[in-house]
Parts: sequence; C-alpha cells; structure tokens
Amino acid sequence: MTASSVPTGNPAIRMTGIEKAFGSVRANRGASLEVQQGEIHALVGENGAGKSTLMKILGGLQPPDAGTMEVNGKDVTGWSTSDAIRAGIGVVHQHFMLVPTLTVAENIVLGMEPVKGGRFDYRKAVDEVKTLSHNTGLEVSPDRKVADLSVGEAQRVEILKTLFRGAKILVLDEPTAVLSPPEVRDLWTVLRGLRDAGGTIILITHRLDEVIDISDTITVMRAGQTVTRLKTTETTPSEIAKAMVGRDVALTSRDEAGILTTPAHGGAIGQPPRDDEASAINVTNLCVLGSRKTIEVDGVSFSIRAGEILGIAGVEGNGQTELIEALAGLRRIESGSVRIDGKDVTFRNVGERRTAGLSHIPEDRHRRGLILDYSVADNLVLGLQADFVDKGLLDTDRINANAEAQIKAFDIRPPVAGMPARNLSGGNQQKVVVAREMGGAFTVLLASQPTRGVDVGAIEFIHSRLREARAAGKAILLVSAELNEVLALADRVAVMYRGKFVAVVPASEASEESLGEYMTGTRKESAA
Amino acid sequence: MRKLLLVALTLLVVHAALLFAGGRGVAQSSKAGATNVGIVLDVGGRGDKSFNDGAYAGADSAARILGPNIRFIEPGEGSDREAGLRLLAAEKMNLVVGVGFIFSDDITKLANEYPRTSFACVDYALSVDDKGNVLPPPPNVAALKFREEEGSFLVGALAALVGKSKKVGFVGGMDIQLIHKFEAGYRAGVKQVCPDCEVIAQYAGVTPDAFKNPGKGKELALSQYQSGVNVIFHASGSTGLGVFEAARLMNKLAIGVDADQYDEAPGHILTSMVKGVNNTVYDVIQRVQTGTFKGGIYSFGLKEGGVGYVYDNRNKALIPDSVRARVEQLRQDIIAGRIKVPSTR
Amino acid sequence: MNTRTKEQLEEALFPPLVALLVALIFGDLLIMSYGQSPAMVYKLLLQGTWGNAYGFGQVLYKSTTLAFTGLAVSLGIRAGLFNVGAESQLAAGGFLAALVGLGLSPAVPGIIAVPLCMIAAAAGGGIVGAIPGWLKVRFGAHEVIVTIMLNFIVLALLNYIVAAHLHVPETLHTPEIHAGSVATLASIIPAFHGSAANFTILFALIAASVVGIYLFRSRRGFELRAVGLQPDAAEYGGVSVGGVWLRAMTISGAIAGLGGINYVLGYKHYYEEGFTGGAGFLGIAVALVGRNHPLGVVLAALFFATLSQGGLAIHAFVPKQMVEVLQGVVILAVAMSVPEVRAVLRRARKPVTA
Repeated sequence: MTASSVPTGNPAIRMTGIEKAFGSVRANRGASLEVQQGEIHALVGENGAGKSTLMKILGGLQPPDAGTMEVNGKDVTGWSTSDAIRAGIGVVHQHFMLVPTLTVAENIVLGMEPVKGGRFDYRKAVDEVKTLSHNTGLEVSPDRKVADLSVGEAQRVEILKTLFRGAKILVLDEPTAVLSPPEVRDLWTVLRGLRDAGGTIILITHRLDEVIDISDTITVMRAGQTVTRLKTTETTPSEIAKAMVGRDVALTSRDEAGILTTPAHGGAIGQPPRDDEASAINVTNLCVLGSRKTIEVDGVSFSIRAGEILGIAGVEGNGQTELIEALAGLRRIESGSVRIDGKDVTFRNVGERRTAGLSHIPEDRHRRGLILDYSVADNLVLGLQADFVDKGLLDTDRINANAEAQIKAFDIRPPVAGMPARNLSGGNQQKVVVAREMGGAFTVLLASQPTRGVDVGAIEFIHSRLREARAAGKAILLVSAELNEVLALADRVAVMYRGKFVAVVPASEASEESLGEYMTGTRKESAA
Repeated sequence: MRKLLLVALTLLVVHAALLFAGGRGVAQSSKAGATNVGIVLDVGGRGDKSFNDGAYAGADSAARILGPNIRFIEPGEGSDREAGLRLLAAEKMNLVVGVGFIFSDDITKLANEYPRTSFACVDYALSVDDKGNVLPPPPNVAALKFREEEGSFLVGALAALVGKSKKVGFVGGMDIQLIHKFEAGYRAGVKQVCPDCEVIAQYAGVTPDAFKNPGKGKELALSQYQSGVNVIFHASGSTGLGVFEAARLMNKLAIGVDADQYDEAPGHILTSMVKGVNNTVYDVIQRVQTGTFKGGIYSFGLKEGGVGYVYDNRNKALIPDSVRARVEQLRQDIIAGRIKVPSTR
Repeated sequence: MNTRTKEQLEEALFPPLVALLVALIFGDLLIMSYGQSPAMVYKLLLQGTWGNAYGFGQVLYKSTTLAFTGLAVSLGIRAGLFNVGAESQLAAGGFLAALVGLGLSPAVPGIIAVPLCMIAAAAGGGIVGAIPGWLKVRFGAHEVIVTIMLNFIVLALLNYIVAAHLHVPETLHTPEIHAGSVATLASIIPAFHGSAANFTILFALIAASVVGIYLFRSRRGFELRAVGLQPDAAEYGGVSVGGVWLRAMTISGAIAGLGGINYVLGYKHYYEEGFTGGAGFLGIAVALVGRNHPLGVVLAALFFATLSQGGLAIHAFVPKQMVEVLQGVVILAVAMSVPEVRAVLRRARKPVTA
C-alpha cells in the first residue's frame, strides 16, 4: 500500500489548477488531485466543497475553465465523455443509470452487445458477465431483472457495467449512502480486490470511518480548493475533520470514526426517560401503501414517551419514508391508528396534526421542507401560516418578528429575514427547517434525516438541539440513514426491514454489527 | 450591473441609429384636392378570393381610373372595426366604406356623428325597431345590398337543368339569415324548372368558422354527391374549397360564389354566382367624386347587374345552349318582375 | 432590506427593458424592409395612441380587457397552473353579463344592475375556469389540454346560442341590454369622445390591487404561491393542493370573465360573437411580460394595447401583420431576456452564502 503511493513514473491522474465556475458560484478554485495507479484514493470534503465538480471534469462531462489534467502522463484537458470512457475511466453515480425492465446481463452489455449473425447474442452476454462477475468477486445473477434487485446488487451491476467497458480508473460517488453495513463490507472487499489487480479507485465520500477503513491516500477539499493530501496510515479522523471544516471539531469517542457530534447536554444514552410519563405518540398496526400501491408499512406498532428518542435504522427504501409521511398526514393510512397525546389523529390532516402537537422535519428539505423561492421569514411560518393572520391578512410584523427571533435562536446565517431560502447554504437551510419545527411548542417531533447533506458545524448544532428537546420532555422519532447518528442520539433503536419493525432494542445494547444483520434481513426477531 | 447598462446603452444606440438611418420613408402619396376614400375590410381581410378582394379590386380600379386617394384598413378584432372607421372619418375622408354586414351598427353610429362624411356599407343590415318596422339608414349612408336570391335563383335553375338527377345540393357556411337568402333563391330556381326535384341543403356550422372550414365542406359535399347529387352550389367562403375538392374527387360539378371561382377546380365549376362587390364599390366612389352621392338603400339585383352568373369561354362547354336559353329567359322574367324570387326560406 | 428591494426592482425592470430594446431594433429592421422610415412609423404609432385623446382612450379600453385576462392567467401561473382558457372564460363572462342585462328591467338602477351583471360575468368565467380545475383535482387531467378543449366547446356553444336563439336578425349579436351599462370616460372627460374607453378600467385597477393583496398579503395567497412553487412543500405545510388548484382556476376564470363587462357593459352593450378577439390568448403574453405581478400585468396590458391600437394607426404604411410579428418578438425577447438578464444581475452581485 505504501509502495503504491510513492510516485513512480506518471501518476494515473494528475489534475492541477482546475477552475470551474457556474454563474457566480466558483465550484473549483485551483483544485488539484493526484492519484497513483493501483491505489484507493478518498476524495473527501463537506457538501459543496467541489468534489463532484472535479469528478465531472475528470469524466469529461464538463470542461474546466482553467487548469490542466493528465491521465497516465498524457495531457487530456477538456476531453469528452467518450474520450474518458475510451481511456478507461468509469464513473459510478449516486443515482443508478440502469434500465429496470432489462436483465442484469442486458444492462451490463448495453451499447456494446455481443452479436452473432447480426443478432444480439444473449447467451454470450450472460457468459461474459458471469466471467467478469467471478473474476472481480461482484456477485450477481445475470438473468435477473434489474427491477428486482436490491440497491446493493444494483450498485454491483453499475460497477460491473463500467468494468465491462474496460474501466481501469473507477470513480465511485458516495457509494455507501444506500448500503447496509454488511453490504459496505462486501463492497470494500471488492474494491480491495480491484486495487490489488492493478485498478485505480477514487472514492468520493464525506464519511470519515469509510476513509480510514478503505483508502490508501486522501485528498481533502474545502470551498473548491484542495486543502491537503494525506496518507491514511499517517493521519487521524480529527485531522481530516479539521481539514474539511477548517477549524477544530470536537469529536466524541463514540463518534470518532463516524458521525461528528458534540456531547453538549450529556450523552443520550444512559438517561432513560422516567417510566411514569405516558406515551406522547402511540401507533398501532399501521399499514400504509406506497406510490405504486404496494404495502410499504406493514403493521407497525410503537409508542414513544415524552423525553424519549426512538431511532429508526434501516436501509433506505424499507418503508421509513412512507411511515413518516403517514404519521405526518401526507400519506393515507390504510389501517391502524395514530394517537398523539392521547388524541386519535389517524384521519386528521396535516394542519390538525400540527395543532395536536406534531412537528416534522422532512427528509428532503428541497422538496418538502422549504419553499426555496420564499424568504427565510416566510419559510419560518410555513405550515403555521394560519397562526400569523390578522384581520384576514398575513401579519407581516409578526412574521418578521418571528423570523428575527428564530434567526437569532438558531444562528441562521446570513441573518437576513428577507433573503430567499434558495440562497442559503444547505446547513443554514436545514436550520430554518429545524427552527420552524423546534422553535415553537410541540409534543412529538418526527425528525427524518435531520442532518442529511449538511456540514459538520450544522450537524453538531442540530444534534444538540435534538438532545435539548429530549431533555425538555419532547418525544422524538428519528429516522436516519446514518447508523451512527441513530446510535448516538436514540434511547431505543428500531430496525425497519420491508415495512416491518424487525427489532426494537435499547441503544445501549445495540451495535452496528447486530443492527446490520437486522437491516439486511439476515436476522429476524419479533419486535420488542 | 455595468455590463448590463452597457448592453442596454448599445441597444439604444443601435436603435437610434436605425431610426434615422431609415431615411424619410415613403410619405403618403396623397394628391392634393383629390377625393379621399377610406375602406375598412372585414376581419377576413384581403386574399379571401371573394368579398374583400372584390371590394379591393373595385376600389383599386376606381383609384386608377378616377384618381381618388384610397386608404385600406384591415382591423384585427371586433373593437377595431369601429376604431378603423372612426380613424378614417376623423381624417376627413370624403367617403368611408365598410365591407361587410358586420359594420352596419358601427356605421350607423358614426354616420350620425359625422354627418358631413359619406358612408357606404356593403351588405348593410337594416335594423328593426321594437314594432318590427324597418329603420332606414342615416341620410349619409349608402346601404349597398344585394339580391343574392336572384342570382341564386338562376344558378339553381342551371343546376337542376344540368344535373339531371332530380337531386341538387347546397352547402352553406354559417347558418344565418344572410346565407338563407342564397338557399331560398336557389331552391326557388330549382323548383321553377323541375318541380319534383329535391334540394339537399346543409350548413357547415353556426359560427363564423363555418366560413373557413374546407374539411367540413368536403365532408358535406362528398355525402351529397354520394346520395346522387350531381351539382352543388356553395355559399360558404373558403369552406367551398372543400366542396370543389369533393367535386374533383367524384368528378361532379359545383357552383362557385361571390367571384368567378372557375380557377379553383377547372372543368368542375359549372358556373359561379357572382356578386358585383367590385362594381358597386367602384360605383359609390364615382358618385362621391362626381357629387352625386346620396344616402339610402341601394339594392343590386339582376337588373342592376349587381348579381349574375358566369358564362364565358371556359364554362361554355358545360352548359348546353338550350339550358343557357332557358336561364336567360328566366333572367328576363325576373328583371321584368314576372317572377318574384323569395329571399327567405 | 434596502439593497434587497433595490435588487428586486432591478430584476423586475431590467429584463423587460432589454427585451423592449431588442424588439424595437427588430421592429426597425422590419419597417425598413417595407421601405419605410422607422422614425416616421413610430411617430405615427405614438400619435395614434398616446398622442391624442381618442387614441389614448382606445388604448385604455383595450388594456382594460387585457388587464383582466392577464391577471387571470398570472394568478393561474402563480398557482402553477397554465390557464389557456381565458378566451372562453372571457366570452362566457360577457355572455352571462349580457343575459342578466337583458333580463333586468330598464327601471333597475345602475347601482344594482352593474353589480348584478358583474357577478354574472364572474360566475360565467368562474364556472368555465372551475371545470378544468375540478377535472385536474379529480382525475389528474392536465389543465392545458382541458382549457384548450373548453375554448372550443364554450365558444361554439355560445355562438350556437346566439346564432340560433338570441341574435338580432342579420347580425351576430344579442339585442342591447336593458340595464347595467357602465358609463364611458367621455361622459366625464369629453376629449375621450368616440373612444370605447369606459369606467370598467377602474374595476380592472381594483381587480389588480385585490389580486395583489390576495397573492402577497393574504394567507390564501401565501398558500397559493407555495403550491405554485413547490406543491410538495405546500402539502407539507398543511395546504390542500387540490383545493388550491380548484380555487385558483375558479378565481382565474372569474377574473377573465369580469373582463367581458368591458365590452358588454362598457362599450357595445350587447354580447357579440367573437368580441373577445384573442384578448384571452394575448392575456398569456401580458402575464408573461408582466412577470405575473399585478402591477407588471397592468403595465404590460397598456403596452400590448398600445401596440394593437398603434397597429391600426400605422396600417397604411406597414401591413398589420407587422404589428403581430412585433408582438411575437416582444414576447420572445422577454421570455429569453428574463433568465439571461437576471443571471447577469446576480453574477454582478457578491454571492451571498454563509
């Protein structure tokens, strides 16, 4: 590993002084990247640090405004996507680009189908895919339809697809976001195998545990610039985090290898809520249909007491979204009941549930949580608009006063109430949502992916707010794709798999390993 | 910001340059002392191959032969009709002509406001008071009306005599009284020469669009031809183009309207019931120029040469001499008042 | 806050300005291609419109109808709906207003008759607007398709009723209404004599203010705009998206319908087949150029009315099609310049992200 990171001859990739601007946003400001052949190189940085832009330039999707790039010693500045593919660069995007109605083999050979007598030779395609799959350790069954695959399998198909096209340099954009821990481990095995066979891998991520686990070398980007280049064996998570954020970040020992949180109000674990408190939200036998009329939430029951955080772990797409939407009143409940503070709200609409004491941080702030073209002030009353009416008209004075107070309380920057939410950074946008949902009175909070795509500073802030709310006796249902986040915040953890709670355990007894088995369905146990 | 101001400024300079680089332009070539005539065409405008083009042709030949200054306006929408007339009246035109019945109300109103200006309206619709009495137009309005039923009568007779199938067809445009005049005269003409003939009359619709729906015209004509009709008379604007298309397709005959429409389907146009819009417009301009203009109702029928049918070298072969003689006799009978042609169904 | 207002103003004013200049230059070239002098043609155009009281009155009259249809379309767009049916809503409004005006006794005073006719006009347009709204909510039918089809259906139906049952012989219009006429501007300002300008313009201005207050100051408007921008977020915010769609289409139709009183009560005092003359469709352009803001819509209505009336004045020198081409160019120029110019403006400013 160390041998490969010593520059010998030409590096596989050398990008220097890359500049790229989109309108007023300078995504890359003299960024550089050097990747040796046969190494796993982690490209880390906060959201918006310019990682994806740099990779788009590498893949030929966009030309750089300035700077040079070399692949295997040849100047390839400003090449096209087809040039990049021919030179052996394969990019696996976060969103899969597969045809769901075709089989695995068909998807992999799409565009370069083996032909016999002018017709597509499907058997040969299957054989070729089998060979490739066997050689790389990427296990798939070539005859299955992509639509029937799990996310992890689909990702393997994507990787095989690029390898089939002769990729020698593999770029993976946040590959683990959709995977369960065991699937992540499998992926690591495959990547190490590819590296040992001489392949070069660039891994885009913002998760420090993965970086330490898998990479040989690390490039840290911040605000469009390359801040530092580190050898994994010679650095620590704190050092990487500091480079990413540009200041010291307090890491708890538990978070050291994972999500960054501060123990602002004491750890969540070890302070079980008092038993005499009644449940703030009570859900029985909830069944919810998905958009395609399939059962997505299948008889889920649980209750959360005041001052308790119930965390839901699970691979995305196992019904968490539908569960939260049903609880929030955004999706029809087929059967079962929901009670908030003892009041049955099963058939109540969004507004009535809010009145009953429900708050909701939605998983997608850009789609649901904010109206991006509305001002911060207006966004801070979204859902509460009925409360800010005076003589039939919106009470602008009170809306603005509310905005000033919330901006101050939640440290929303820049502190300009009239600015469109669109112009805020991701972290500050999320703070607007959090301020609105947690800045007023509420009994139950649904917090769905509350720290997704926000920077480390905002994560700290939101976590401490969640802990404060817990301490103030609120009941919180936390859904997060970050297992570490669930473990760090929740009192109890429920694992959701195929629409059911397959396990509910106290957080103190849960570990990534044990939860991982439930998440992938390898271990099944009736919910506590 | 500065860049943008620069762009705006550049555009402004270019515009200013063009404004004056454009030269003085062709000023209105009005001859001093000549009669000024303004003509407002119907919404259909020029190029309709019948009504508006007829008015234009009449005014055009008047301009060449008699020498008045003529301005045309084609209004775009309903409220522009009055605006167009008013614009011309306000410019102290000697004569303002509205082409089409749709101008009737506006011309009546303006004529009262501009009593010194002469007005003329083609197909002027007379208004009726509460008791049903016909109100005369204002004294400075020449209401140019046509007795289309008389021309239709003749082509009806022609259709029945040439068609020989005891069935003749009629395709109207919009189902309104004005077009009913055509149908009524046509029916009467058919019955005159062939009492047991059947007239199949159909209309393309109840909206003005019915005057510009060739597809519908073709559809109606095809079904009529298929039911045994050999000759169809249309009074339906450009919808008639569909009738001609059907005639070509089925190798049958059709009769044109307003102007000589032989060229639309040579060999298949038996004749056309022509309406002398050009002549009447020419005539009214001449009257104004010679100071003999008088308001009132001008009715143009066979006698005045305001309506008629086409018989020339091109369609001669389609009309046997005996038929021609019979129809000419009918024409004399109408002119002499021996036959009264009904104008309502 | 102050710089923000200034920025908003810049973003509101600059795009149409640049677009106007582009269109003007295009117009110059067009006029020159007819061998005329742009300076003279523009001079005539202005003389025929803002240059004399009559022409100005005509501009006011035309902009009144356009303001109503423009407001209607813009309110729909604010809710994320593209109402292409303003034409038939306008016609239906005019028709019902005429029916009520015909049905009332001449003895009914204007103070009662006019509001009754206006209610009828709003109801007529509102019903025609509500149908696509309801179909969208209930069956997911796309409002563009439905409004287009309704244009055919409603216009044909009205024409049939008028042509078959209600028209004065030898015309395409109904008898004159007995009660409910709106006074002409000429009755107060004699200089407007002869022009169609009437006090309906006051109603248009009131409508614009009410729409402005509704959109930007009321809770319903807050919710309506939220639905237009991000329906999912609005739903999250407790807004019934379907309810807003139905309401927005109904109000939009009602506003377009009110435009009918300009012709029926204010000008001719009867319903005439084809009186809409494309004002409903031009309302789309008015809304676009007016940036879906009531004030912008009023200004854009004035602008398009000027072009339309001016087209008549320069008719002797350039064909009327030229004015139509010019209108198209303005619309295109605005559509293209809005994002372009705004991007330039934003680039010029410091990026404001923390």
